[in-house]
Amino acid sequence: MNVDPWILVFSLATVVVTLYMGFRSAGKSKTASDFFVAGRSVSVGWNSAAISGEYLSAASFMGIAGMVMSSGYDALWYPVCYACGYLFLLLFIAGPLRRFGAYTIPDFAEGRFDSPLFRKIAVIFVLFIGFFYTMPQMKGAGTTLAYIFPGLPYWVGVVVVGAVITFNVALGGMKGITLIQAMQYWMKMFAISVPIFVLMAVYGSYGSNLGANTTAKEAAPIVQTVERKPLTEKAPADKSWIAPFGPLTTKAVKNAAEALPQEQRADFLAKYQKPYSLLYTYSLIIALVCGTAGLPHILVRFYTNPDGVAAKRTTMWVMILIGVFYVFPPVFGVIGRNLLPELYAGAGAKGTDKIVLELPVLLRAKYGTLGSILSGITCAGAFAAFMSTFSGLLVSMTGALAHDVYGRILKPNSTPGQRLNMFKLCAVIVGTVAVLLGCFVEPLEINFMVGQAFAIAAASYFPLLFVSVWWRDMTMKGAATGMFTGGLLALLSAAMVNVSTLALDKGPMGKLFAGFAPLNQFWAAHPLLRILCEQPAIWAVPLAIILMIVVSKATKKTVPADSRRKMLVLHAPESLGLKQEYIQEQEMPGIDA
Amino acid sequence: MPDHNDFIHSEEFLRQLMRRQLRLSVACAATFGGGLLALPLFNYFAPDLMATRVGGFTLSWLILGILFFPFVWVISYTFIRRSLSLEKQEAEDALKHNREA
Repeated sequence: MNVDPWILVFSLATVVVTLYMGFRSAGKSKTASDFFVAGRSVSVGWNSAAISGEYLSAASFMGIAGMVMSSGYDALWYPVCYACGYLFLLLFIAGPLRRFGAYTIPDFAEGRFDSPLFRKIAVIFVLFIGFFYTMPQMKGAGTTLAYIFPGLPYWVGVVVVGAVITFNVALGGMKGITLIQAMQYWMKMFAISVPIFVLMAVYGSYGSNLGANTTAKEAAPIVQTVERKPLTEKAPADKSWIAPFGPLTTKAVKNAAEALPQEQRADFLAKYQKPYSLLYTYSLIIALVCGTAGLPHILVRFYTNPDGVAAKRTTMWVMILIGVFYVFPPVFGVIGRNLLPELYAGAGAKGTDKIVLELPVLLRAKYGTLGSILSGITCAGAFAAFMSTFSGLLVSMTGALAHDVYGRILKPNSTPGQRLNMFKLCAVIVGTVAVLLGCFVEPLEINFMVGQAFAIAAASYFPLLFVSVWWRDMTMKGAATGMFTGGLLALLSAAMVNVSTLALDKGPMGKLFAGFAPLNQFWAAHPLLRILCEQPAIWAVPLAIILMIVVSKATKKTVPADSRRKMLVLHAPESLGLKQEYIQEQEMPGIDA
Repeated sequence: MPDHNDFIHSEEFLRQLMRRQLRLSVACAATFGGGLLALPLFNYFAPDLMATRVGGFTLSWLILGILFFPFVWVISYTFIRRSLSLEKQEAEDALKHNREA
């Protein structure tokens, strides 16, 4: 094994600091409120850094740079919508949600509709989205460790990282995790920006690297002074890479065109390529923007704010912190296209996904240790990325199990001490399941898996929160029908595209899913259907909202009796004193006392 | 919560409260949505304009990759300022009404 000592030192330091902070705050986490909502006392500065730290996952840190490198302009929609989705949260959801004063989203679901049944439905979706989202994090963990220790099996990385985080969450709950995630945001910011500035100083600026892409229209000779290696065979052409509606959005139509006889292809492309790409782009925008506002592990963090005003301020700072971060990953992709085109030949984790880790290594040949230190820093950032997101997911899923399933459904009379013990036990159970799932997803792409979690969240939680906060005549049946149908259909249609892609895999997964291979011929014949299934948000979100309204109107009699009071709690300014915490802090538990 | 008959608990107050806040949110969302949804349309209908080079960037890349973030920050800052002053005013109005009633 040939391990770069600098990379090892930086990565180990990330893990050690994470563990140390977990231990330190474990002593301070005592009450159930500490564990579930960090005592509702996190300040705006800490909380916005923590939310940002939690949100910037392996997909953001490594996936976006890789995607920009492989698909160009089309992939820019990911960072932009990841960051801007918070605006919908801010405008429509953050303040009212916090004022309701629950611990978890299922709490809100039950409280808003006076329905224990609805809590169960909501819990199912927390777990669904949560596990979908943990898989890419685990994949990031496995591939980064395998990168640092060449020859180490993929699953060892998954198990090691999973165990560290599970231990931390079980120890300190939400309060412990908040500090760790806040710190990890700054680590990630440092890790992505410093190497970029050094790389730009050595290899030319963002603009001049981008300018090296010749388009048919203009060669941009003034800025084309940067180093550029010849592109490999698999790389997309300059023209389609830099143009809107590039390789990502035109894939389905291109595949369909290839199935046609030679002479019809040009006509087919001219007729369908651009209109369908526009549709794909819009669907992607809706999925990412609405999905951000419906991710349970992000929403649960809003309950850690002291009040609704703080929740709004926090959201604004999150958008600034995240926005600054998201300017950087595309720069990696742009410089990577010029300097490391050989990555285009690899697939998945061996391909463009590792551009963030690989690019600083180039400096090693030129400047020796500097390159090693920089790649050590980016590795540490990657560690922080999947560790903090996984912690957040673990807290939200553990919260759903310990608070909603155990404390509210199975054993409502349990003491707070019992619930705390259950929190720790559930953390271990969820962590174990996540590690097991993580071991199976090696062939899938990081950003792709995250995208699916977003589509499901966009079609289930976002409509639920949006409509039930702003429309008081919503009934439980309406909410449940809309959320269930929208979420499930989005899940199914995305899964159909998944299994057909997996069927083409050359490894063991390909054999497992071989039965779905004929689906690919169907997609080739119907490019429009493929786009609608791959990016379901454009029909699934409106469908969920319409169902909610129609069914609510049909079941008008079951509108919660005190819906006016609930609306007042959700919307009235705090200074009127109408706020009432839905879940109030119980007496101090007996475990540590 | 016991029954109240004051202004704060009246139908009128709630309606006014929700309508004002929703109007502000929708206005901000429309500004954001307008920008976000217009960009693909510009790329679609005016590809030559959007391919203009600005310091190496194409116009489309410059807008989406860099300029879009500050645009959203401005919207969110405006929203928070207005929404907080709206809340303050609502609270004052409500208390004044209550005293009069």
